[in-house]
Amino acid sequence: MDWMLLLEWVIKSFVLSLILLGGFAYLTWFERKVLARFQVRIGPNRAGPYALLQPIADAVKLIFKEEFTPARAEKILFFLAPIVTVVPALVVAAVVPWGPDIQIGSYTLRLYIADISVGVLYITAITSIAVYGITLAGWSSNNKYALMGGLRSSAQMVSYELALGFCFVIAILMSGSMRPIDIVDAQRNGWFFLIQPAGAFVFLIATLAEVNRAPFDMPEAEQELAAGFHSEYSGMKFALFFMAEYTKMITISSIAVTLFFGGYLGPFVDQLPFLGPIYMLAKIVALLFFMVWVRATLPRIRYDRLMAFGWKVLLPLTLALVLITAVGILLAQEVNPNLIWITPVISAFAGFFAIGLVDRSLRRKAYAAR
Amino acid sequence: MTQLQAVSYDEIKHLVSNRAMEGETMLLNMGPQHPSTHGVLRLLLELDGEIVISCIPDVGFLHTGIEKNMEAKTYQKAEVMTDRLDYLNTVGNNLVYSLAVEKLVGLDVPARAQSLRVILAELQRIASHLVWLGTSALDVAAMSTFLYCFREREMVMDILELVSGQRMMTTYIRPGGVWRDVPVEFEAAVRNFLKVMPGRIDEYEALLTKNPLFIDRTVGIGKISGEDALAWGLTGASLRGSGVAHDYRKFAPYSGYEQYDFAIPTQTGGDVYSRYQVRIQEMREALKIIEQALNKLPMGPVRSNNYKFVPPPRSEIGTSMEALIHHFKLWTEGFSPEKGSVYTAIESPRGELGIYLESDGSPKPYRVHVRTPSFDNLQVLPVLAKGSFVADLVAIIGSVDIVLGDVDR
Repeated sequence: MDWMLLLEWVIKSFVLSLILLGGFAYLTWFERKVLARFQVRIGPNRAGPYALLQPIADAVKLIFKEEFTPARAEKILFFLAPIVTVVPALVVAAVVPWGPDIQIGSYTLRLYIADISVGVLYITAITSIAVYGITLAGWSSNNKYALMGGLRSSAQMVSYELALGFCFVIAILMSGSMRPIDIVDAQRNGWFFLIQPAGAFVFLIATLAEVNRAPFDMPEAEQELAAGFHSEYSGMKFALFFMAEYTKMITISSIAVTLFFGGYLGPFVDQLPFLGPIYMLAKIVALLFFMVWVRATLPRIRYDRLMAFGWKVLLPLTLALVLITAVGILLAQEVNPNLIWITPVISAFAGFFAIGLVDRSLRRKAYAAR
Repeated sequence: MTQLQAVSYDEIKHLVSNRAMEGETMLLNMGPQHPSTHGVLRLLLELDGEIVISCIPDVGFLHTGIEKNMEAKTYQKAEVMTDRLDYLNTVGNNLVYSLAVEKLVGLDVPARAQSLRVILAELQRIASHLVWLGTSALDVAAMSTFLYCFREREMVMDILELVSGQRMMTTYIRPGGVWRDVPVEFEAAVRNFLKVMPGRIDEYEALLTKNPLFIDRTVGIGKISGEDALAWGLTGASLRGSGVAHDYRKFAPYSGYEQYDFAIPTQTGGDVYSRYQVRIQEMREALKIIEQALNKLPMGPVRSNNYKFVPPPRSEIGTSMEALIHHFKLWTEGFSPEKGSVYTAIESPRGELGIYLESDGSPKPYRVHVRTPSFDNLQVLPVLAKGSFVADLVAIIGSVDIVLGDVDR
């Protein structure tokens, strides 16, 4: 029955891709609407009820736009870069479990595409590929602004990958497995967000940097670099970059939910398995809302500060959090299971300590400037 | 397809370092079409990585020949050109031009007109600072502040429309007074603005003043000392941010500013953050001035009755032969001041805004020169930008607060 399995994979991949691409389109709508609410505007309201057809209108417009390739651009790489950016964003979603197994007659429907025993490693590996797309786009378009955007993004992603990786380690330590499904299962007694709040928070910050969202949207800083790495792109190629960014927002939110916010778990999910995807979706939307909220509120951090923050604050902090988690787990195993609750206390303390240090250094800077 | 031509470095050789010639540093054109040059300013940057080694402003992309145009118009008609100078400070431009003409011909201005001028000029100052705050916050990507600022600016625009029928190009302040008296709704509208605005300024401050990211982006960036600022001819908030309390409203009061109680906010940092704080404080002081002026707004005429220079009211034209003659003379030939020249300056939202008028005894000015604060403040940009990051450069341009229509007049 190998071909049945193959068919199932193909169908599930197809459905997931459709969900992600449709989700991407409506995420742009969501962001524009929410951002407009934050900014005392109305937002799009012309195309259809609540402008629900706006993403379609955008897509049609972008498809029919002229695709311009600048003179002296590196043609092949210029063509390839958007693809290299968009594919990892889609592929990474394969290992995220969307719900518990659903029994339909004798057939078991599994709500994930691939069950990889080192799923977390797969996620880190694939997300790192996306940086190539941005760097190559910046380099190949023969534009100084784009080049600077590409350089910024490679530096930024490399430095935030580490903090992100250590946050993965925290989740792996607590669940004792690298399989995303096991990680979700391990959160039945309490989301890892509760046990390791600082870790979850650092993870959220690092994801913002990883998907180039404000306040870490260095590579495309429109005020400085005039859209950065994709300034020379137009038409569908530009749409692909857009697609990559928003799809990555969705997938990275789903990963964050899986690792720290209990995945598809929620009340009655064991009795009614179809609730799983709904809980998952609700949690993802909440995280996406958080991303939009941050964008509406915060100014952009400066490039060198971003690097300093990544290397000098987030990296030591995540290292400390890994240590705290490990000690907490050891104590819980060896002495008393209730001792696991030492972990959130100490890690929250470490988090506040880090915030305090940053605040103090900024204050000192403000005083020194006086 | 057009052929790309090799760029000759010879023209700019004296402006950049030798390392640029050897290709070690990168030359980058920033503008004239760039989202954060606040108009059509072109900056030629020499970059070492992301650090600015030299910054060469190139102006003139918005040159409209306003000064020359004014010389071809009679004194009344030239005034509409001043609106177009600094399009964020139209009332102030009208004010300084009217003051110059009044000084040239020796016109008195009634007390009510004086107070109205002050109220409107201060409202315009707030509106201008709001645009500045919004755009310079947008430069550091604090996107929402921009829209909040424009929400309040709209209130000022509505008041300007109420009194003059125009949102921007008001030409409301005229030599000898103002165009006509304000409508009855004016006081309520201004009072409403006075009631709403302090809370809104608190909102902006809540978003920015103690925001660690904003502090990080602005403190210690684009520093200039008080002496340097004076030496470079900086005026306005850029000068007061460096600790020099120079303000024309105190230094050489005009339009009755001496009767109002207000402070000149200064900061000693001399950086982007200090300029931000100064402008925020200035908005609060402007509100104080408006309130005082509104509270003791006298009744009476709003235009001088010297019909040699000020057109008589329409109602008199039908009944008075003399008024009709004055009206005809003024709108066909204009008035002819005596030979001489004047220079008048006011404190515009951007600094010292001065107008120099030279009369040769004809109905048209012989020479008009505008000392615009944006132009003089812009020249300090290379000094401020040296050694900063590209991202900081954007914040610095924002903090100097230039209006390109003002630079290129």
